[in-house]
Amino acid sequence: MKMDRRQEREMEAQRKVAMAALAMAPGDELKRLCAAAGVIDEAELLRGPETGLVSVRGRIGGGGAPFNFGEATVTRATVRLPSGEIGHAYALGRDKQKARLSAIADALWQNPERRADIEDKIIAPLRAAQAQADATSRAETAATKVDFFTMVRGED
Amino acid sequence: MYVAVKGGEAAIANAHRLLADRRRGDRSVPALRVDQIVEQLALGIDRVMAEGSLYDRELAALAVVQSRGDLIEAIFLVRAYRTTLPRFGYTRPIDTAAMQVERRVSATYKDLPGGQLLGPTFDYTHRLLDPQLAGDPEVVEPEQREADGQRMTRVSEILAHEGLIEADGELPEDHLTGDITREPLEFPLARDSRLQALSRGDEGFLLALGYSTQRGYGRSHPFVGEVRIGEVELELDVPELPFPITLGRIRVTECQMVNQFKGSAKAPPQFTRGYGLVFGQSERKAMAMSLCDRALRAGELGEDVTAPAQDEEFVISHSDNVQATGFVEHLKLPHYVDFQAELDLVRRMRSEHEKRNQTNETERREAAE
Repeated sequence: MKMDRRQEREMEAQRKVAMAALAMAPGDELKRLCAAAGVIDEAELLRGPETGLVSVRGRIGGGGAPFNFGEATVTRATVRLPSGEIGHAYALGRDKQKARLSAIADALWQNPERRADIEDKIIAPLRAAQAQADATSRAETAATKVDFFTMVRGED
Repeated sequence: MYVAVKGGEAAIANAHRLLADRRRGDRSVPALRVDQIVEQLALGIDRVMAEGSLYDRELAALAVVQSRGDLIEAIFLVRAYRTTLPRFGYTRPIDTAAMQVERRVSATYKDLPGGQLLGPTFDYTHRLLDPQLAGDPEVVEPEQREADGQRMTRVSEILAHEGLIEADGELPEDHLTGDITREPLEFPLARDSRLQALSRGDEGFLLALGYSTQRGYGRSHPFVGEVRIGEVELELDVPELPFPITLGRIRVTECQMVNQFKGSAKAPPQFTRGYGLVFGQSERKAMAMSLCDRALRAGELGEDVTAPAQDEEFVISHSDNVQATGFVEHLKLPHYVDFQAELDLVRRMRSEHEKRNQTNETERREAAE
C-alpha cells in the first residue's frame, strides 16, 4: 500500500513535468509534434478551451508575505478521450488550439500504452528545445559577467 | 432647468473613421505586424503590460498599434480588456531566487555569488544616435561563455547573516492577501496592497517621487542592493489536479533597495529595505517602485512624514495613470451647462463688485468734499 502511494507520487511528478513542457511549448511547435506523433483529435471537449486571468503573486522583499502584482492571460481546456481518459491543460496566453492539443496529450499520457509514445515524440523534444534555449540564454548572459581586476600601484 | 442636448453622432462616426485612417497612415508604407512590435519594441510592450497590469505581449502590442503608440491609451485598452475575462485564481508566489537570470547587478557587493551580469543593458552606452539603424544592418550574434551554474543568492540573504538588515516583509499570519482589483482602496493600506498599486503605477510619476526622495524630500539613503531581470515560472493550484500546474514563464524585474537607517523609537539602527517587482524588463520602474515603497514605510518605521513621497494617500491615489488620465481628460468633454451656470454666477459677482466700487467711490468723493 505504501509502495502504491510512492508510485502514485512519482507518476504525479512525471505528469507535472510533462504538463509543464506542454504549457511552455510554442503553439506551432506543439501542433507540428502532435501531427508528427499521429495524435488524432477525437476527444470530447468537457470544458473550454477558454481564456481567463490569473492574478500573479510575488513576495515582499522576495521571500516575505505574498502580494498580487498583476494578472496574466491563461487558456485552459479539459477533454475526454473515447477510451475514457480525462486530460487537462492550462497555459499562459490565448492559444486555444494549443490548450486543446495539450489536454489531449495529457489524456493520452495517462494511458499506460500511449505514455512512452507521447513522452518520446512530444514531451522529450519540447523539453530538449527548452533546455537548449535556456542554456543559450545562460551562456549569453554569462558572457556579460564582469571580471574585476585590481591595479597594483606602488612598490609594497 | 435641465435641457438635454443631443447630436454629434455623424461627427463622432466620421471622427473615428478619420482616426482609423490616420492610425494606418500612408498606405504605401507596409503595415506594422504585431510580432514586429513584440520583438523590436519590447520595452514599450513591457511598460504597457506592467501598467496595464496584464501579462500578454501580443495583446499589449495590439494595443500599441491601435493607440498609435500612445502608451497610456494602450494601457487603458489593456485594462478595459482584462475586465472582460473571468478570473481562474491566484498563482503561487513566484520565486525570484530561482529566476532564469538575464541581468543581475548589485551596487553594494562587488563579488556577490553569481557575479555581476550586465545582460542587455543601455548602461555604459554613449547615447549617440545610430543612423545605421534606419536601414536594417546585419547584427552579430551575442557572445557566449560557459555559465558557472552558481546559485544567485538574493543580496538580502547575504546581509541577513549579520543581522544588520531587516527581514523580507512579513505580514501578520491571519492577514488575507489584499487585492486592489477586487476591493476598493481604503487608507491606510497594508504593504501588500500598496505594492500592488505601485507595481501598476505610472512609471513617470513613481520616478519623479523616487527622485524627490533622493533630493531631500523624505531622504532614505538608498543603495541598489540588487536588480535582477529574468524569467520565473508561474504555478497555479487547481482543484482538478493533485499538484500545482505550471502555466509557463513570465519575465519580471526585481529591485532590492537597501537603505541606511539610523534607528528610531520603533526600530534599531540597521539597513531597511524597499522592494520593487514589475512585469517585463522595467528596471527604472522597479527602482522607482522600491524607492517609493521604502518612503511609504515612514510611519511603520517611526520616521516623520514630511514629504509627498511619504504620504500614502497622496502617492497611491495619484499613481494610476488610467484613473489620472480619465479625470484630467474628461475636462474636454461637454460641460456646457456647468459652464453656463458658472458664467451667470461670474456675471452676477462682477455686477455686484462694480456696484460696490461705485458706492465706495461716491462715498470717498463725498467725504473729500
